[in-house]
Amino acid sequence: MMGPLLVGIYVFVLSIFVGIEIITKIPPTLHTPLMSGANAISGITLVGSIGAASSGEVIASSILAFVAIVFATINVVGGFLVTDRMLGMFGKRKAKS
Amino acid sequence: MNNTLTTFVVPVLYLLSAVLFIFGLKGLTRVRSARRGNALASLAMLIAIVTTLLDLGFVDYQWIIAGLVIGGLVGAVAALKVEMTAMPEMVALFNGFGGGASALVALSILWKEVIEPSYTESAAAVLGGASAITAFLSILIGAITLSGSLIAFLKLSGKIGGQPTLLPARHVINSVIFLGCLAAGIYIGFFSHAPSAMVMAALVATILSLILGVLMVIPIGGADMPVIISFLNSLSGVAAAMTGFVLGNNVLIIAGALVGASGLILTQIMCVAMNRTLGNVLFSGFGQEGGSADSGEYTNVRSYSPEEAAMILETAESVVIVPGYGLAVAQAQHAVKELADLLQKRGVKVSYAIHPVAGRMPGHMNVLLAEADVPYEQLIEMERINPEFKTTDAVLVVGANDVVNPAAEKDPKSPIAGMPVLQVWEAQTVMMIKRSLSPGFAGIKNELFEYDNNMMVFGDAKKVLQEIVSEVKSLNAAA
Repeated sequence: MMGPLLVGIYVFVLSIFVGIEIITKIPPTLHTPLMSGANAISGITLVGSIGAASSGEVIASSILAFVAIVFATINVVGGFLVTDRMLGMFGKRKAKS
Repeated sequence: MNNTLTTFVVPVLYLLSAVLFIFGLKGLTRVRSARRGNALASLAMLIAIVTTLLDLGFVDYQWIIAGLVIGGLVGAVAALKVEMTAMPEMVALFNGFGGGASALVALSILWKEVIEPSYTESAAAVLGGASAITAFLSILIGAITLSGSLIAFLKLSGKIGGQPTLLPARHVINSVIFLGCLAAGIYIGFFSHAPSAMVMAALVATILSLILGVLMVIPIGGADMPVIISFLNSLSGVAAAMTGFVLGNNVLIIAGALVGASGLILTQIMCVAMNRTLGNVLFSGFGQEGGSADSGEYTNVRSYSPEEAAMILETAESVVIVPGYGLAVAQAQHAVKELADLLQKRGVKVSYAIHPVAGRMPGHMNVLLAEADVPYEQLIEMERINPEFKTTDAVLVVGANDVVNPAAEKDPKSPIAGMPVLQVWEAQTVMMIKRSLSPGFAGIKNELFEYDNNMMVFGDAKKVLQEIVSEVKSLNAAA
């Protein structure tokens, strides 16, 4: 059996290839929404910060994790909303007609 | 029950989340499915968050809830209030927060697992060597992303000058700081035996990483921003993936890798569009040293009024509009759309030529014109529009300069030689709306200004366009 680190490296490398396959198909028109959408996805680190903040004590690790949650949530919520707003404009004309 | 939850339900839900992220990105390959793709990615994120909470079980939620509420409110307000023209700086800012969060998670874990229990061993001895290394990488890359994105935000929003700032011997300074940072990381990982020393080393590593981020972005000038923003985007993904390695959480690794790949490809596309390498963009300080030698005087420049421009547009059968960063600065996207509508009503064929690095981020012009309701089918990429300039009657260049400079093709000694440009000079008439004869970002002379088929229309892009619109209207009324 592979150790968890090796599994992680496998997953990382294969995901990069999946990413490359998909992203190269995205038309230049959508590059900005792609960037802000991908950006929001990088807020997945929120999952890590929630795990780290599970102690209720007021100690350095909790405070660091708390700030991490705030940052990551801004990234996630702001990123997805702003992308949706942008994409809404691309479809605006279609919706009217 | 609890056992099934952690060994089966939680991993399956994480897998579902990862798959949905991939489908979400896939949705972004078409305009029609893009919005749904973004919604799928948000759903994936929601599933990941709920799964994490499930996995935690009953813990003290006060920090978690407070963080989610504050972050959610700030993010939502910022996203809903931001002007479309301010999108590049908004994207940069959000990106910084993502990177910063990854660094903070790694720091938090270091504190929680090693420093607070007061172990007198190194991080590698407590967490394992791989986790110690990836935690350091997460801090390094995350902090660089945070401070680098903040500088990009300040530059893009005009709060600090967009000009490249070049420190003397900056490569030496950067190398020394990087080595110092690396030393602190190795100390934390393998040599520290006292919590207090580890705290110091962690602070040093974080601060040095933040400084590296600042130093990476301050030498970058305005027109290179699309490259650096894409690169920072990629880094924020890599930082998240590194955090995933520390936590042994595959969904972080997958999502982070996807973002890392996405940013890297955009970086590559932007570099190709400028005929430069990433290394050249990051380290050359282009735009300051670049051109001054070459920015000579102009001798044969003809200045025309908006009225004359209107008359040429009136008689044209095909018009191509070339938007640049100046269009965004003047917020002239609605004026340009009004003019295009007016011309189209008269049977003129109107299209827009989009250079990949026009503006300050990948796809900047597309978003700006979409806001003004310009149908995206009218936006033509460089490779497809270049052969059509020969048969185009009139080209209207609005706030672009370097991307239409013929020197890129004709002068092998030019600093921008080899950069793919829009061959607007092939058209019957070129009209450039520009505030002055000042050079573009590359700081070099644009011979196009002196071409016989080129007309300069001086003034603010929005004002000039509005004047042209009213001239075309009155010509219409007279006819």
